[in-house]
Amino acid sequence: MSEPRDYKTEAIVIKKTKLGEADRILTFYTPHLGKIQAFAKGVRQPKSKMSGHLELLTYSMVSLARGKNIATVTGSQTINGFLTIKNDLELTSYALYIIELLNQFTEEGIEDYPLFRMLLDVLDKLSTENNRELVLRYFEVQLLDNVGYRPQLKLCVSCHTQLKPVTNQFCPSAGGMHCPACGRNGSFSYPISINGLKIFRLLQDGNYNTIRRLKITKELSIELERLIHLYIKYLLEKDIKSLTWLEALKRCA
Amino acid sequence: MEVNQSNTADSVNRLMQELAKLPGIGPKSAQRLTYHLLRTQKEYVIALAEALISLKNSTRLCSVCFNIADSDFCPICRNEKRDKSSICVVEQPQDILAMEHSGIYKGLYHVLHGAISPTDGIGINDIRIEELLIRLKGKDISEVILATNPTLEGEQTAMYLNKIIVPLGIRVTRLARGLPFGTELEYADDVTLTRALEGRQELK
Repeated sequence: MSEPRDYKTEAIVIKKTKLGEADRILTFYTPHLGKIQAFAKGVRQPKSKMSGHLELLTYSMVSLARGKNIATVTGSQTINGFLTIKNDLELTSYALYIIELLNQFTEEGIEDYPLFRMLLDVLDKLSTENNRELVLRYFEVQLLDNVGYRPQLKLCVSCHTQLKPVTNQFCPSAGGMHCPACGRNGSFSYPISINGLKIFRLLQDGNYNTIRRLKITKELSIELERLIHLYIKYLLEKDIKSLTWLEALKRCA
Repeated sequence: MEVNQSNTADSVNRLMQELAKLPGIGPKSAQRLTYHLLRTQKEYVIALAEALISLKNSTRLCSVCFNIADSDFCPICRNEKRDKSSICVVEQPQDILAMEHSGIYKGLYHVLHGAISPTDGIGINDIRIEELLIRLKGKDISEVILATNPTLEGEQTAMYLNKIIVPLGIRVTRLARGLPFGTELEYADDVTLTRALEGRQELK
C-alpha cells in the first residue's frame, strides 16, 4: 500500500454513534477527503483525552490510523469549538440541522473543498448573524446547488419560456418552476409569490452580503422555508429528524 | 452466530445463542461463558437464573422519580431523611448510582431516561420532561440541579430545562463543568477549559 498508515486532517464532527461500552463511531467532514467515518476508542470515558475535541460541531485537527475497514482516531486537537453555538439552545438546534442535512446529502469519500468551506462559513455566520433563518435558507439553497440539485428558477421547466413576474408554481418533482399555464396541468406544485421567487433566486446566486441587506417579511420567510423544505423532503424521501425538534423549539419560544 | 449446531447438546446451543445477544458478547465469549456455567455448581447457576427472572418480574419504575424500584416508590423517594426540596435531574438510572456513591447529595432525583437528541429524533415528548414539570408544580421545590451529561445532547437538554423551569420561579443550577480529577491540563479541550476558567473558585 503506497498510502501512509497514519495521516492528519482537519475535520468537523457531523455525526456520532455510540459503540460498545465506551467507544464511538464518528463521521467527519474534511476538506480533502470529504465525508469519512472513524472509530474513536474510549471517548465516552471521563478520563478520555480526546472526548472534548471530538464532540459534535467541533472543528478539529485529527490524527487517524488507517484500518482494514475503518480508520481509528489516534489524536485530536480543537481548532474551533464553536462555543457561541454550543452555549445557545436555539443555535445548537440550528447547527444540528445543518450538519444532519449535510450528512444526508453527501456520500463518503468524495472530496469537496468548497462544501467544507461553506460549512465552516455557515457555522461562523450562525454565531454572528441576526437573521438565523436566512442563514439556514442560504445554506440549504447553496447545498442543493453544490450537490447537483439546483432548482431551475429562471425558466419554466416545461415550456422553457422566461418566467413572467406573476405568481408562478414551484414544482419539487420537476426540479424547478412552472409558469402559470404549465403549472395548471402539473401535479404537486405550489404557488410562489413574486418576491418569494426573487429572494429564492438571490439565495441561489450566492451573494450573502446582498441578501443580508434585504428586508424580508415574516410571511415571505415562512413561504420560502416551506417551499425549500418541501423540495428537500422530496429529494431525500424522508424527514430531517432535527427539523422536527427545531419546529418544536420555535413553537415553545 | 455460527456454531456447529449438530456437535453439542441443544441446551448448550440455546444458552450460547441467548448470551450472544448481550451487548459486548460475541460468539466466542458466549461459548466460554456457557461452558463455564456448565462446569460450575448447580446452586450458583440457579441463583443466577433466579436473579435474572426477578430482575424482570419484580422491578418497575418509581412513580415519582422514575428510578428503578421494587415497589411503587424507589428507596430514595421512600427515605424520610432525604431533603424533599431539591431535585437532581439525571439522564439514566445508573447516574443516580454514581451520584449516590459520592454520598454528598441528600435530595431527590428525577430520571429523564434519555436526553434531547434532535439528530436521533429524540424530542421533549420522548423523555420524561412532562412528568418533571408536573412534579415541580405540585410540591415546594426550591432547587432543581441539572446533572445531565456534559455532552452536546446533555447540554441541550439542560438549556431547554433551564428555559422552561426558570419562569416557574424555581432556582435552577447546573453541575459545574470543568477538569476531571486525575487528568492533565494539557489535554483539555477548549470548551472544558473555558468553563473551568469561568467557574474558578478561591481555595478554601
